[in-house]
Amino acid sequence: MSHLLTLLFGRLPIGWLQLTHSRGRFFAAVAGVAFANLLVFMQLGIMGALNSSTMAPYAILNADIILSSQDGNTLTDGGHIPRARMFQALGVAGVTDATPLFIGNLPFTLEDGSSVSLLSFGIDVAKPSFTSPNIAASLDKLTLESTVLLDEGTRGMPATVISELMNGGRFSFETGGNTLTAIGTMDAGGGFLADGMMIMSDQTFLRVFPSRTSGAPNHILIRTADGVSKDAVVARLTGALPSGNLRIQTMTGSASNDLVYMATERPTGIIFGFGVFMGILVGLVIVYQVLSTDVADHLREYATFKAMGYGQPFFLGIVFEEAIILAVFGFIPGFFVSLLLYAGLVSFTGLPVAMDASRAILVFLGTLAACSLSGAIATRRLANADPADLF
Amino acid sequence: MGDAPIITRGLNHFFGTGDARKQAIFDINLEIERGSLTILMGPSGSGKTTLLTLIGCLREVNDGEVRVLGHELNNAKEAMLVGLRRRLGFIFQAHNLHESLTATQNVLMGLEVHGSGNALKQRAAAHHVLDLLGLADRRDYLPGSLSGGQKQRVAVARALVSNPEIILADEPTAALDKESGHTVVQILKALGKARGTTTVMVTHDPRILKMADRIITLEDGRIVSDT
Repeated sequence: MSHLLTLLFGRLPIGWLQLTHSRGRFFAAVAGVAFANLLVFMQLGIMGALNSSTMAPYAILNADIILSSQDGNTLTDGGHIPRARMFQALGVAGVTDATPLFIGNLPFTLEDGSSVSLLSFGIDVAKPSFTSPNIAASLDKLTLESTVLLDEGTRGMPATVISELMNGGRFSFETGGNTLTAIGTMDAGGGFLADGMMIMSDQTFLRVFPSRTSGAPNHILIRTADGVSKDAVVARLTGALPSGNLRIQTMTGSASNDLVYMATERPTGIIFGFGVFMGILVGLVIVYQVLSTDVADHLREYATFKAMGYGQPFFLGIVFEEAIILAVFGFIPGFFVSLLLYAGLVSFTGLPVAMDASRAILVFLGTLAACSLSGAIATRRLANADPADLF
Repeated sequence: MGDAPIITRGLNHFFGTGDARKQAIFDINLEIERGSLTILMGPSGSGKTTLLTLIGCLREVNDGEVRVLGHELNNAKEAMLVGLRRRLGFIFQAHNLHESLTATQNVLMGLEVHGSGNALKQRAAAHHVLDLLGLADRRDYLPGSLSGGQKQRVAVARALVSNPEIILADEPTAALDKESGHTVVQILKALGKARGTTTVMVTHDPRILKMADRIITLEDGRIVSDT
């Protein structure tokens, strides 16, 4: 290793030799960096779970533009809009298809007596193109009265029920005086919105929600023609449709508005955002402590090198070398322990806590930057001192 | 001023500020000849080490003039000091070896300061100096497993390996037995003859005095004798 690094740097790998000289100290430094990583990963994981549970309903839908009532903050709350808007929208140039979307929450009592809520979507099963491909494939089965597709990740649902459903079995349950039969599963994930999701035909939906009418869906989903700008169609729709209590957005625009709303206006979002901030702050302090302690421990030796004629770039080189080594060696355990804890969180809460590559890369680069910066700050003491004062 | 490698004029040095300000050396005027072996003597606290570190560019000059190898050190720029330190070999009172580097690697640090170059040649040069100082069988030892005298000799090797123009040594023989102390001083004398290397050494060691070209005695920061 030492020979390899000598070739790589064109000088002795002082940083590496120095770090590995005392195993105990090296282990402590690596553990410190790993813990800082873990802290940030956990906070980002929880924040990410909030974001992906906000996005989960969007993942099962497939549309270009969405018409909603103005009082809704996100996809899953807010009032109704007249179905007549759908027919008006179909008359606008660039709109190829449209369908109503009904959303409601159904309580469901588990065998152990606890109650979970299922976020239920009622859609026109004759228009499978408005759902994601894996759902669209089994949508025609929902033409049968009172049948639903049940979320695989529904919190509290016995694993045997889910695995039976996935193998073509059925599962009947009662909710609000109606009996529903799950005939298949879908992969959506519960998250913060509800304990699980469920998709059914609009006819079934209207049966289990007797107070709702077919003339007043929650949203209207719109498809635009290929090659037509979605924003242009939004502008045209805005001009053509009556403006009262109607919000017209592209599907992606609506999704990002939901994210912003959940992160900045809901207490959960603000708390998790604060958690991320604190995690990063504490992580920075730990990393700074590790690097500055290391520089302080070797100040005498650095002073000797300075007396021999080594300049500040040489010391920065050593510290950056150490920063890279600590960032890499700390990241590896930090990353894998985070994966373990993520898995633990998923099994305990059912929240969609998952690692993604961009988060891992971001945290690694952040660690690298924090280590380098801390080291650079710590070596400033060396730059301003006379070597003779440091012995 | 002449072209001697080390010249001081009216050199004073103070430590501390305000009421705690204390003068360590007073009006030092010296001119040290090229290739000579000069010994600085005097009781502890007489300012020998202070004078040596001032000449060695290890301490900022606050009053008076110090010219080393033709460069004025008072108000010198950091880059100039860094360049100058590379032309000097400083042997410290405490050996000041890097604990995580082997004897050879420590000596290599004295060469790498001049740039990375041919690694094999550098290694051979480092081994040669270590062998000269009787450390052939200790090349790959870490300082932690060397005796005090051996560490001191590694430190001497580190200072000599880059063929410095001036060698400044702060009690280099204190940790050495009679024989190896003698060897070190003889090497320094030989370098003076062969290469014109100038040596200034702080020492209390009476065995070395007779080998010196010049002996300067300091007391309370002033030169009291110069022979």
